This record gives sequence, structure tokens and C-alpha cells, in this order.
Amino acid sequence: MRIPFSYSFRNLWTRRLTTFLTASGMALVVFVFAAVLMLAEGLQKTLVETGSYENVVVIRKAAGSEVQSGVERLQASIIETQPEIALGPDGKRLAAKELVVLIALPKRGTDKPSNVVIRGIGDASMPLRPQVKLREGRLPRPGSSEIMAGSSIAERFEGGGLGETIRFAMRDWTVVGVFDAGNTSFDSEIWGDVNQFIQAFRRPAFSSMIFRMGDPSDFEELRSRIENDPRLTIEALREPEYYRKQSEAMAKFLRILGLTLTIIFSLGAIIGAMITMYSAVANRVFEIGTLRALGFQRRSILTAFLMEALLLGFIGGIVGLFFASFLQLFTVSTLNFQTFSELAFSFSLTAGIVYQGLLFSMIMGFVGGVLPAFRAARMNIVEALRSS
Amino acid sequence: MNKKPGIVEIRNLCKAYQRGNQLITVLQEIDLDIDEGEFLALMGPSGSGKTTLLNLIAGIDKADSGSIRIGGIEITALAETELAAWRANNVGFIFQFYNLIPVLTAFENVELPLLLTGLSKGERRTHVETALRVVNLADRMDHSPGELSGGQQQRVAIARAIVTDPTILVADEPTGDLDRDSANDVLELMERLVHELGKTIIMVTHDPRAANKAHQIKHLDKGVLNAHPQADF
Ligand SMILES: Nc1ncnc2c1ncn2[C@@H]1O[C@H](COP(=O)(O)OP(=O)(O)OP(=O)(O)O)[C@@H](O)[C@H]1O
Ligand SMILES: [Mg+2]
Repeated sequence: MRIPFSYSFRNLWTRRLTTFLTASGMALVVFVFAAVLMLAEGLQKTLVETGSYENVVVIRKAAGSEVQSGVERLQASIIETQPEIALGPDGKRLAAKELVVLIALPKRGTDKPSNVVIRGIGDASMPLRPQVKLREGRLPRPGSSEIMAGSSIAERFEGGGLGETIRFAMRDWTVVGVFDAGNTSFDSEIWGDVNQFIQAFRRPAFSSMIFRMGDPSDFEELRSRIENDPRLTIEALREPEYYRKQSEAMAKFLRILGLTLTIIFSLGAIIGAMITMYSAVANRVFEIGTLRALGFQRRSILTAFLMEALLLGFIGGIVGLFFASFLQLFTVSTLNFQTFSELAFSFSLTAGIVYQGLLFSMIMGFVGGVLPAFRAARMNIVEALRSS
Repeated sequence: MNKKPGIVEIRNLCKAYQRGNQLITVLQEIDLDIDEGEFLALMGPSGSGKTTLLNLIAGIDKADSGSIRIGGIEITALAETELAAWRANNVGFIFQFYNLIPVLTAFENVELPLLLTGLSKGERRTHVETALRVVNLADRMDHSPGELSGGQQQRVAIARAIVTDPTILVADEPTGDLDRDSANDVLELMERLVHELGKTIIMVTHDPRAANKAHQIKHLDKGVLNAHPQADF
């Protein structure tokens, strides 16, 4: 039979100053831990929200991203004729064959080049992405060397402003429009006629296709049909799913960074917990002797002290998460490592992060408490009772 | 109540402690019989081995040789976990410094040994209340030890010792830390336990007045047990 839980709890309460200080150390670690996870979560959430549930992105099987993908003309026309694709107001299918090329362009004020995404678009590209809005000028005319720049490009890159020209793929391109894409990564892209780009970059194929489903619930059926078509070596993803995959590397990087940082920090908190628990054991030798004399087994003593340490960790976890939850009120901007554009997003606390934060803090409590608890359990009854 | 003779039977009990490379003999070939319902006082000079003998009887220390049978059970043969379970059912402890758990209330302190039995919450409550009534502290059950006087704390400790209705009660200088009046209360209570409830008590004491309440006084001197004090005591 166990020593009642209230015994562990009340001992923490009795020495509340020490408990408070020790738990604060743990709370700090959990705060940092949760903050990084919330950052990764918020970032991913923002990127995923870039995508629309009705839209489908088609890329070459295992390509991972549009930049590495290739969809041949024949394949593109097969996909384009699938009956599930929605029709636009003009009666044409809402499907766009696109080309995505990564090039380096000089930034304003420096000679240092930076990566920019060049996207060849079709008629449907704009309607498929309602978050992209023309801010100034007009759309580039098909068949011309005209382009439009995302607002971040217009601002930060040499020749990116309205009316200016940028040279790439051995041609001069005139910026006839500037578009705004909210907080999505399109903001740092240059868009122009896909056929012009294919010629200029001498590409044999498109990079990707994007289309809207007439009825989004038909997706699974369509996906298995086109993915199983022997003529098509492609994969189809719902847009949010595609962006989630795109953001995974970055989110994973953040999570690993966060975990590494907090594990290092947690050493301090664990040592704090260990000192607290060792002194708790030292102060209660007499009590331990008494409990053992009354007939409580060694393992009951072990459990009681482990409980105390776990509870200490739990309190630290709750406090840390409580303060971390306020981070949700803040919005941060950072570079999108995928495309190197600015990206604004907020910290996002999920049930998973709460669970992981509590687990982490209780692990700290456990690790800090295990040696003191064993010392308590190992005591000799007679010696413990003589220790008054 | 029909009294069982020889509820405690000790034969040839020896105990020595190793201190450095010196072996200190604490108890030498102790023989002792205690009947059920008996109140025995153990006296003797400091360091004579009284506490050691009591600890051996209570099953919290290990003998080097000899036998201790309590209620027909040879406790020297029990493994550690069996011994702990045996203590929970058969031994009530009364300590000099009461040894109450400071963070638990009087009620919870008395309830502690019952947690080791299979009793339900309701049954435990009844037992605890009965025990606290015996020591006349039913009205203080929600107080913590810090809010009670020394004498009251010792009475709570006595309630804790009797709540499981153990085979024997062991008391190591139960009045050693109390003033005269509180000591009298505690001794009266112990007498009542023996006379009214038929408890068996083994009490170590330095106080002759306390010893006089007992049926029988045994003297320990340098680890040897005598019925009467040695001349030099
Ligand atoms: N754990 C131990 N290690 C070494 N020696 C011990 C230990 N426990 C007791 N002793 C020694 O055994 C002897 C008897 O001790 P014990 O505590 O039984 O005496 P006591 O009769 O209860 O004395 P007091 O009246 O002072 O309480 C003492 O000499 C003591 O120093
Ligand atoms: Mg003693």
C-alpha cells in the first residue's frame, strides 16, 4: 500500500519557498521548451494556411518540392482533362501548368545576390490563389517579356520595382505589376508567362500543376487514379498538405534546436531539484525511519519521494506553460528558410505542446528525484530512528 | 479474555555491533518470556542495550543469533518485506519523541498504519475515531501535531499504536520527553490499555515511577538481563 499522495503534496507545501524556487527553475526551462515548439507550430500553421483545401498540387513523384519537380507536357495535358477539375467563370478548367526556377538576383544596396523564386504562371494561376492581389500596375501580357514582382521583391531587389527591368535567363524583363500575397511565401516570387520562361530557361517540362477540385471530396479517387496511371509518374497533394511538407524541414530544425537548448538548460533545473530533494530526505530521516517501522516497505518510501519530485516537476511545468501561453499574443516575423522571404506568424500552443511540456518537466523532476528517493528507500530503520 | 502465555518467547538472543574493527557486544544470550496482557518494564543504565532489545522484539533490527517468537511466529526467520508486513499487523510503536508525521493531521497519523491493511475508507474512519476516543483526543483529530502539546502528541502516537490492534506494543521511554503531568496521563493511559483492553506492553524507561506501573520489571546491564537490579545500579 502506498503512502498517501497528500503526504508528498503537503511536504512540498510546507517548504513552499524552496518548492517555489526549484519549480521556477523548471518553469523557465519548460517556458523555453514550449516557446520553441510553439514557434515551430505557429510557423507551420501559417505556411499550411497558405494552401487552400480545394486546391491540388501535382509534382513529380518523390520530387519533394516544385523546384525539384518536372511534369512533362503530355502528362500535364492528361491531368488537365481530368473531369474532377473545377471550371472557372470563363468556362475553362481552373488548372495552371507552372514552372518554378530558383535564381540568384542582386539585392538593392549590395552586390550580394540572394535567391528568388521565378514562377511561370498560366491564366488560372491568379484565380487559384485568391490571396495574391495585384497592388500596382497590371498583369504581364502572355507572350511578352513582362513580369510582375511580389511586394517583397519589388522592395528589396535591384530592378524589382514597377517600371524597372531585371535581367535573367539572358533576357531583360520589364516589371509591369507588383502583387501582394499577404504573409505567404509568394511575396518573394517573380511571376511571368510560363511559356516565355520555358523558352528562356530552355526547360523541357513544367515544374508542377495546380488545379481546383470541383468537389474536394473527390480528391482521394482522383489521386489514386492519376497516381496509378502508368503514363504519369506524379503525385498529387492537397495544397495544405503540400505546404505542411514544405515546412517540415524548418519546423523539425526548430524543434531539434529547441530540444537541444532545453536539454542543456534542464541540467541546471535537474540539479536544483536534486539538491532540494536530497535536503528533503536529509530533513526527514526520522520520519522515514518511523514510516518504515510502522510497516511501510522500501518501495513505498521510494514512491513517496518520487511522487514529491514528480509533483515538483509538474508544478514547474504548469507554471512554465502558463507563462508560455501568453506568447500567443505576440506576432513574430522571420525569414522563410525555404524561399528566404519574410514571414509573419504567431506562437501557437497546442494540446500536444502542453502534453510534451508537462512530460518534459516531470522527466526533469524524476531525474532530479530518483537518487534522493533511492537514498531514502535504502535507509536502515534503526539508524534512521536514532538520527534525532 | 483468555490469555495466551508466552506471547513473546526469546531464547539465546545475541547482538553485537561492529564499530571500526571493534566488535561491541550489546546483548548476551538473552532469554525472556512475556505473557499476553502483561505490562513489562525494561530498565538499565544508558548504553545497556534496552533500545536494541526492544528494536529486535519489534522486528526493526536483525539479531545475530538466537530466536524471537512472537505470537507463535519466529520473526528472525522472516525476510525483510515479510517482516515489514508482520510489523504492520503485530507491532504498535510508541516513541520517546512521538514520531508523528508533521504534515499529517492527528486523524491521518492514526490512519497511517491502517493504510497497510485491507480496510475500506469507512472502516478506517471508524477505527481511527475509536482509537482517538480511547486516548481522549477525538475532538483534536483535525489538528496537526504542531498544534498539540507534547502529552497530546504522545497520546495521538498511542492511538496510532493501538489502531491496528497489534499483538504487542513497544514503548521506548514514552514519558522521557514529557513533563510530570503529561507523563502521568500517558502512563495512566498505558495502564488502561493493559487492564481494560488486555494489551501487551514492553516499555523501556529510566523513570522508576513509570516502571512501577508495570507488572514486572527487568533490568538490563551490559547486555545481560536480570530480574533484579545489580548491586552497582
Ligand atoms: N547502530 C549502532 N552502531 C554501533 N553501535 C551501536 C549501534 N546501536 C547501538 N549501539 C551501541 O549499543 C549499545 C546499546 O545501545 P542502546 O541504544 O540499545 O542502549 P540503551 O540501553 O537504549 O541506552 P539509552 O538508555 O541511552 O537509550 C550502546 O553502546 C550503543 O553505543
Ligand atoms: Mg535507548
